[in-house]
Amino acid sequence: MKELKISAIREGTVIDHIPAKNTFKVAEILDLALYENVTSVATNLGSKKMSKKGIVKIGGRELTEQEVDKVALIAPEATVSIIKNYEVKKKFSLKIPDKIIGIMKCSNPKCITNVDKVATRFSVVKSKPLEARCDYCERVMKEDELVLL
Amino acid sequence: MNFEGKDVISIRDYSKDELLYILKIAKKMENSRKKLLDGKIMASLFFEPSTRTRFSFISAMEQLGGQVMGFAKANITSASKGETLWDTIKMVEQYSDVIVIRNPIEGAARLAAEASSIPVINAGDGSNQHPTQTMLDLYTIQKTKGTLDNLHIGFCGDLKYGRTVHSLTIAMSMFNAKMYFIAPEDLQMPEEYLEELRHKKILFQKTSTINEVISKLDVLYMTRIQKERFPDPMEYQRLKGVYQIGLEILKNAKKELKIMHPLPRVDEIKPELDNTPNAVYFQQAGYGIHVRKALLALVLGKIR
Repeated sequence: MKELKISAIREGTVIDHIPAKNTFKVAEILDLALYENVTSVATNLGSKKMSKKGIVKIGGRELTEQEVDKVALIAPEATVSIIKNYEVKKKFSLKIPDKIIGIMKCSNPKCITNVDKVATRFSVVKSKPLEARCDYCERVMKEDELVLL
Repeated sequence: MNFEGKDVISIRDYSKDELLYILKIAKKMENSRKKLLDGKIMASLFFEPSTRTRFSFISAMEQLGGQVMGFAKANITSASKGETLWDTIKMVEQYSDVIVIRNPIEGAARLAAEASSIPVINAGDGSNQHPTQTMLDLYTIQKTKGTLDNLHIGFCGDLKYGRTVHSLTIAMSMFNAKMYFIAPEDLQMPEEYLEELRHKKILFQKTSTINEVISKLDVLYMTRIQKERFPDPMEYQRLKGVYQIGLEILKNAKKELKIMHPLPRVDEIKPELDNTPNAVYFQQAGYGIHVRKALLALVLGKIR
């Protein structure tokens, strides 16, 4: 039997198939450093689907819709499993939403969202690699310009 | 088509049919002095200098029997006291029926439209959009060339910062234009627009000299190198005056070539061209009134 690299959780969320380079970013955007429940973060694991992957297991917590959208931006091929009593209750693949609201910054310093207090809003032009047009200044942002709020 | 209550923020919000409908109404406005907007008030909020666009909106509104209130300098408003744009709009909408806004911050017009319950018309937001200019550009092309379809159009000058060029490129891509981008590499069309054209399968060519493409053009759209858009004044000094056209340009051009310019010009078009049948830039400025009259009457629901 294959040895489990990190232990199973009783209740919570498992995010699998995170690109290895973004594993700690996922932990960061979910504020796991300050989270007090059982949490496991593993990275550079072997994977059939991708070259190296990361897994994050968060005990006792289901992700909010906004958190799911945020994770999707940096781990668009990840899968999310909701665990109840050691069993997978729900499993879904992440998808970049058509509209990205309030979670990433516009790279244009002259954009109104960087001047007044306005929630950012982008329309996705292309999801792989990510390209999104700011609904306000209409500048297209590429994946390498992505800064999460 | 019903435009009542609609905002005019970006050329991207309009379909080809909607644009053609607006141009059709603009044509009707040419000889009309009907007081369609009697009793209506237009708030003219110019946070950045403008003469042509502002006067043209004021004149359009007054020709239609409406009234205008507003300002032409941001430093006399509460914005200078730190009021947010959102709050300014929330106040202004109480006093007027339609808002015309120019603001150097990109996306300001979209935000204003979200704040406002009355129609908002974007009169330019930084180097982003200036949709009424684009509509009057389309009107000029349609009027002077007889069609908008399948034309060869050259854009020359500051294609990097020039919003009129960006918007007109998007609009002309709906009419299967072939485009020529004439600019030094540092002022060339931003890649995102070129990518959009490739995606739409619109043919284009980039070049740094007018002579290379002049014989192919039906329309030459000249632009000014805009000092106010350059982050670095040294870069402006290096690039200003790089293109200047005069009578010699016509030698290899099609007889029916039309030369357009959003104005103001600095030295890119010599006055010797002004009286040729090819020069249509002053007409172009005049057509702005018809287009703006059409838009005001449409968004205020007086034409359906």
